[in-house]
Amino acid sequence: MSDAAFGDIDNRSNKELRELVHKNLAGRHRREAIFRTLGIAAIAAALGFVIILFGIMLSKGLPAFWQANVHTEVYFDPDVIKGGPKPVQEAGQSDADYQQKVLAWQRTVTLSNWNNLVEQSVRRLAPDLEVEKRDVLAIITSAARFDLRDMYVNDTSLLGKTIPVALLASADADNWVKGKLPRDLPDERQQLSKGSRDLADRLLTDGSMTFDFAMHIFTNVDSRSAPASAGLAGAFMGSLYMMLVVIVLAVPIGVASAVYLEEFAPKNRWTDLIEVNINNLAAVPSIVFGLLGAAVFINYFGLPRSAPLVGGLVLTLMTLPTIIIATRSSLRAVPPSLRQAALGLGASRTQTVFHHVLPLTFPGILTATIIGVAQALGETAPLLLIGMNAFIANIPSSPLESATALPVQIYLWQGNENRHFFEGRTSAAIIVLLALMIVLNAIAIFLRTRLEKRQ
Amino acid sequence: MNALLIAALLLVLLSVSYQMGWSRSRKLADTTGERLHSRPVYHGAFVAIWAILPALLVLGIWAIFSKSASEAYILSQLPPEVSTGPQGEMVGAIERVKSIANGFGVVGEADPTESAAASAYSQFRTLTTLVVIAVSAGLGVLGLFWAHSRVAHRFRARNSVETAVRIALIACSGIAILTTLGIALSLIADAVQFFSFVNPLDFFFGTVWNPRFQSTGADAVGQYGLLPLLWGTIMVSGIAMLVAIPVGLMSAIYLSQYADYRVRNVVKPIIEVLAGIPTIVYGFFALVTVGPFLTGIGNVFGLDIRATSALTAGIVMGIMIIPFISSLSEDILHQVPRAMRDGSLGLGATKSETIINVLVPAALPGIVGAVLLAVSRAIGETMIVVLAAGNSPVLRLNPAEPVSTVTVTIVNQLTGDADFTSPQSLVAFALGLTLFAMTLVLNVVALYIVRRFREQYE
Repeated sequence: MSDAAFGDIDNRSNKELRELVHKNLAGRHRREAIFRTLGIAAIAAALGFVIILFGIMLSKGLPAFWQANVHTEVYFDPDVIKGGPKPVQEAGQSDADYQQKVLAWQRTVTLSNWNNLVEQSVRRLAPDLEVEKRDVLAIITSAARFDLRDMYVNDTSLLGKTIPVALLASADADNWVKGKLPRDLPDERQQLSKGSRDLADRLLTDGSMTFDFAMHIFTNVDSRSAPASAGLAGAFMGSLYMMLVVIVLAVPIGVASAVYLEEFAPKNRWTDLIEVNINNLAAVPSIVFGLLGAAVFINYFGLPRSAPLVGGLVLTLMTLPTIIIATRSSLRAVPPSLRQAALGLGASRTQTVFHHVLPLTFPGILTATIIGVAQALGETAPLLLIGMNAFIANIPSSPLESATALPVQIYLWQGNENRHFFEGRTSAAIIVLLALMIVLNAIAIFLRTRLEKRQ
Repeated sequence: MNALLIAALLLVLLSVSYQMGWSRSRKLADTTGERLHSRPVYHGAFVAIWAILPALLVLGIWAIFSKSASEAYILSQLPPEVSTGPQGEMVGAIERVKSIANGFGVVGEADPTESAAASAYSQFRTLTTLVVIAVSAGLGVLGLFWAHSRVAHRFRARNSVETAVRIALIACSGIAILTTLGIALSLIADAVQFFSFVNPLDFFFGTVWNPRFQSTGADAVGQYGLLPLLWGTIMVSGIAMLVAIPVGLMSAIYLSQYADYRVRNVVKPIIEVLAGIPTIVYGFFALVTVGPFLTGIGNVFGLDIRATSALTAGIVMGIMIIPFISSLSEDILHQVPRAMRDGSLGLGATKSETIINVLVPAALPGIVGAVLLAVSRAIGETMIVVLAAGNSPVLRLNPAEPVSTVTVTIVNQLTGDADFTSPQSLVAFALGLTLFAMTLVLNVVALYIVRRFREQYE
């Protein structure tokens, strides 16, 4: 409706103008419809991205929770297992002496050829198939022999017995039976030899190989030698320690700053500076906090690299602004009449705030905490700079031990050479991480609605 | 072990002092029957604060200075040529002595001077630890008795405690300032050290990025031109904005002007889910889905689009930023006075005409602020580009080719063994400083604009 369309408006009669408007009306309505459609398209695109993202992660990740297992029987062959019976502590034998004996026994047991047991137990499922030992072992994860050993060490009465076991299939065999690799690739491009592939197919068709829920994703630590049995337990503990540090430090400090800025601070240059500063910190890239952690906590204070404590400190500094900003807004929502009533009855300002205002903001602080923790839980980049991307094959027992974290574990797994297997494994880890975040947020929403109702 | 012991001692001191203050004031009230100014709780807290603070102060000072003090001590024990030698060797010598003293041992034979220094150092360490613990405990007990003696009827313990609480609150809000200062100082200090190896002009205006590996020798400094990385950052963020601004702005407009409130209540939280997804997830999504998809589309049209490229990273980053732009712009559109909208509609303009000619121009400063904030988030984003941009620090105009960005290079240079002495790892801090300065300027400008906008309509 630019002026050109109407020309010299003043010199036209009403009738002419009305006709002009009517003539334009169809075009204007069309433009309105187009604009509206664009809006709907934008919403649809945004929603579509959410659906595609979740759909792809679920479709890639969920199958990875079910891994191929070979159900067979294992015969704890006395000819294979060396070391004899487990030493018993005799009367008068010193503890140290006994410990030494047990260790020596365990060493001999470990040196027995456990691979033979694995091989035998798989072979008994397909006795007619002529395959080499190497091919048989290739379809079972290399961690299986340690599982058998641990079974025996825990219960030596198994010697000479035959018991049913489920042996986890190796990553390559899992890929093969799940059909992740084209089956018509030439031999030299296949990960598994012809014999192994035939054996795996045979076991799958006769039902001794089944897909079972892979509980070890939650109970095992990361593993390089046996990728099929790699799990998230270590990363989970690392993340847990970091979140504890964040909660212990960020929440009190954040709430205290918010209380000061909102309830006590005089309006002056200094508080203005703090305010601008906090808003700025909220927008500083997370990787800069990683640089701060590397330079100050590790290089200057000499704290250990890869430790969840350092990671927690870095994430604390990163989440502080979030918690401060959210707590301030919930403090602002407390009606001023409450403060006036408390002050009027003779309470000091500190008493007013701590006895009357702060308890009301509890749901808000809780939400702020959970938002902050969720943000910290998903953060990866700063952790890479403080060495939390190291390969750690045990569960950290304190926040000062080397550990990794869930998002960093995802980063490490996506870079693994065994692409076909680890694509699923990474997606599975992503599902775990996203599920944790959804649970956190659901708890926040649930508690907030409950607590707000009660007030 | 040490830390646990100290923490236990502090806890004991805390509870004993609180109990002493509390019971003394209580006894005063009971025996004389006179009313106290403050309740026993405050007297207890007052004594506890005075007992714990001096102790903590001593421990804090020790924590800050113990490292430089012990290094100075080790240097004084080592032959003089070590301290006058190059920086790297000096640090190495100190580390060797420390690891001998800790019982870890070192690579190769330990020099007799090193072993002597190590045993002297471990004595020094035990001695200083004992002295520090004794001093802090002594000061704590002194403070306890001083505060304990002040407990009296007319003593205003509550006021003192409240002052202490207020100081603690101020200290907590000072941590935000300290963080900023810490970031600025540590980045500047290490960047300055980096610029002792590389001319700042070569860094800021160099067009070749080739840092070489540390292992090729001390003289292999390499070339550190920032421009390829900066260009990569700008290209990826630019693509991200091309995706995020139209989608984000149009969703904000639709949600705030057209949508039924029921639709809005469902759609808005779903879009905001995008903001809560960890960036590593986006990176993986880009790597396994968007990249191959774009390559496929490129093949259909005869274009060579690489799976990991500026385009892949930019599009996915754009998706990540959509909720950021949409929720900020929606807030801003809500702040435009209703009268302006009603006036335009009343004169016969259609809804879209009102939005384009009245609402958006009125909200423009705020929207620009929101976009600037989004840009600052985009240039600081790391994991998406680490996974999906292809890490190729070469100046290229084609967005379908791999690029590298400032953030990716920080991760590459500082991951692994950071020794903080070679230009290869120090350059990360110079890059970080650049990044920090860029985002700081964007944030300050954006926050200023948004604030001005709010004040305009309030």
